[in-house]
Amino acid sequence: MGARPKLAIFKFASCDGCQLSLLDCEEELLAVAGQLQIANFLEASREVVKGPYDITLVEGSITTSHDAARIQQVRKQSRVLVTIGACATAGGIQALRNFADVRELTTAVYPTPEYINALATSTPISQHVRVDYELRGCPIGKHQLLELLGALLHGRKPQLPTGPVCFECKRRGAVCVTTAHGTPCLGPVTQAGCGALCPSYARGCYGCFGPAESPNTASLGSYWQQQLGVSRPELVRAFRSYNAWSAAFRTASDAYEHEQKE
Amino acid sequence: MSTNKKSSRTITVAALARVEGEGGLTLQLRGGRVADVKLRIYEPPRFFEGFLRGRDFREVPDVTARICGICPVAYQMSSIHALEAACGVSVTPEIRALRRLLYCGEWIESHALHVFMLHAPDFLGYESAIHMAKDHVEVVTKALELKKIGNDLVTVVGGREIHPVNVKLGGFYRAPTRLELAPLVERLKRALALSLEAVRFTAGLEFPGFEPDYEFVALRHPDEYPFNEGRIVSSRGLDIPVAEFEEHFVEEHVAHANALHCVHKGHGAYHVGPLARYSLNFDRLPGIARDAAREAGLGTECRNPFKSIVVRAVELVFACHEALRIIGSYAPPEPASVAVPPRAGSGHGASEAPRGMLYHSYQIDADGLVRKARIVPPTAQNQRTIENDLRELVPTLLELPREELTLRCEQAIRNYDPCISCATHFLKLDVREG
Repeated sequence: MGARPKLAIFKFASCDGCQLSLLDCEEELLAVAGQLQIANFLEASREVVKGPYDITLVEGSITTSHDAARIQQVRKQSRVLVTIGACATAGGIQALRNFADVRELTTAVYPTPEYINALATSTPISQHVRVDYELRGCPIGKHQLLELLGALLHGRKPQLPTGPVCFECKRRGAVCVTTAHGTPCLGPVTQAGCGALCPSYARGCYGCFGPAESPNTASLGSYWQQQLGVSRPELVRAFRSYNAWSAAFRTASDAYEHEQKE
Repeated sequence: MSTNKKSSRTITVAALARVEGEGGLTLQLRGGRVADVKLRIYEPPRFFEGFLRGRDFREVPDVTARICGICPVAYQMSSIHALEAACGVSVTPEIRALRRLLYCGEWIESHALHVFMLHAPDFLGYESAIHMAKDHVEVVTKALELKKIGNDLVTVVGGREIHPVNVKLGGFYRAPTRLELAPLVERLKRALALSLEAVRFTAGLEFPGFEPDYEFVALRHPDEYPFNEGRIVSSRGLDIPVAEFEEHFVEEHVAHANALHCVHKGHGAYHVGPLARYSLNFDRLPGIARDAAREAGLGTECRNPFKSIVVRAVELVFACHEALRIIGSYAPPEPASVAVPPRAGSGHGASEAPRGMLYHSYQIDADGLVRKARIVPPTAQNQRTIENDLRELVPTLLELPREELTLRCEQAIRNYDPCISCATHFLKLDVREG
């Protein structure tokens, strides 16, 4: 290969955690920097090399009209665009505003609301531009990030899990927290990728990797209500957290909210 | 962005690098004076306090962690302390020790990141630590090793390094076993040695002579270097319980800046973070950290913000030493958490995030639903102080070529390790459209 492929990282509304995952690859960072030219990574470097970029990682969701325009520019400069994390992939926790009145929220948080310029919604990158790959998670797993970068460098398809967290629990031999302790767990409807982290710490999954493929949220919801005594408002909140705007979780939370009002 | 008059010029940094979040700087100079300085925040607004209303109080530590990917533990700690105070619950000494251990891990990863990856390149003249590695591969490799030990500690106790899953109201979901912590002992000894090296390395850097007369504000505990608890004290005699924070500190709107600044009522700007902690708590550091500080040429107080890089290294020594001490006498808390039954009321909490004091207060109802939340991150508290530093510093640097002057201004901002993502649910924003 001739020149090293150029890597860029762009941030939208987010906590910086997903791009920090790259700096958290302590043992691999210098090797990554040897394979890829880190051309635009403002959190780590003052140097900004102009596009176009071979691989662009996008963190964060679109919450201002300025950012809605900026993502178009980012797409134009990017050969492969990858969203990293729940904000970029699903609108993130910021999408809780999509269920609320933004003007009212602004007044609650900012003493001088008229200075705040924000869209009424937080939307995923894919709602604005074409996205080539998505990494799930709040935050992403750094091994998935390395797998993706490695795959792109070698021109192969990245191997990313698609099944539910339950598969990972079984694989690591973790006790099912629902069966054993009656703890509500979103594992059956949440995409794998974390390594069944929460169940291994004796708590239920809270869905930070977003919905798995064809999740049966209705079945999970009735089990929670009938067997575990979970209330409807609790169900609404469970589906309305870090991936609230993803289609499957949104439909589920809207349904339980609707039922509650009837 | 040039200007037409010779005696006046504008320095603009469109987007600050090597800080967390999105911010810029505009500095207007007129006749050798700083006419205006604005640390611009264009990170989009994030409505965390608003989102928290109506949520179950048990969800709060997971939600507030998402304010910052670099210091999620600080957010979890300040929120659980505030909510436990609201419910009148205190935890066991074993749970308390485990929380301190988790916090040690966050300080180690965050300080190692800032000292070597974000701040050191300024002193040595590089664009980034990756550029720096070409000439200083050993320094960068050791820094990454140190940072990794901090992250691994957070991972063992918290489940993962970013947005840990194991923290809950009343304690932890599951306490790590002695066996799980054991492999960390040798590594933390290594981290301690690397931290002592870091103190020597940073002490050898060049520092401009610059010592503003700050009012330092930090927590102070009867016998420990502060993490989770203590009274709020200042270098000008303030000494209050955390619950009185809002009586003494207010957000103030000033005409010259597009930001709200948290100020000490009747006193003005103040300074939180490593310099403040160190200067107010030198006597609470263990001997090994005090000795390292003395060898580095620091006194019992440090007012030069550029030397915050040395103080962070001293705090790395402290955090590694403290983690070893806690693991040495560790017995898993049994049970891993105490019950926190909700009751209507309000509670306040403050802890020392790597960047400085982080204040939270909550009002909850009898069912544990949050009615009101207030979060005051360290960067919001330091913002005016950062601007004051620039105002005082820049007139002494006017002979420098533009690029160097700009770089020095950026360095002065990075002295504070500002976390703009954190600050954006508090600062008034200057979002420039188009």
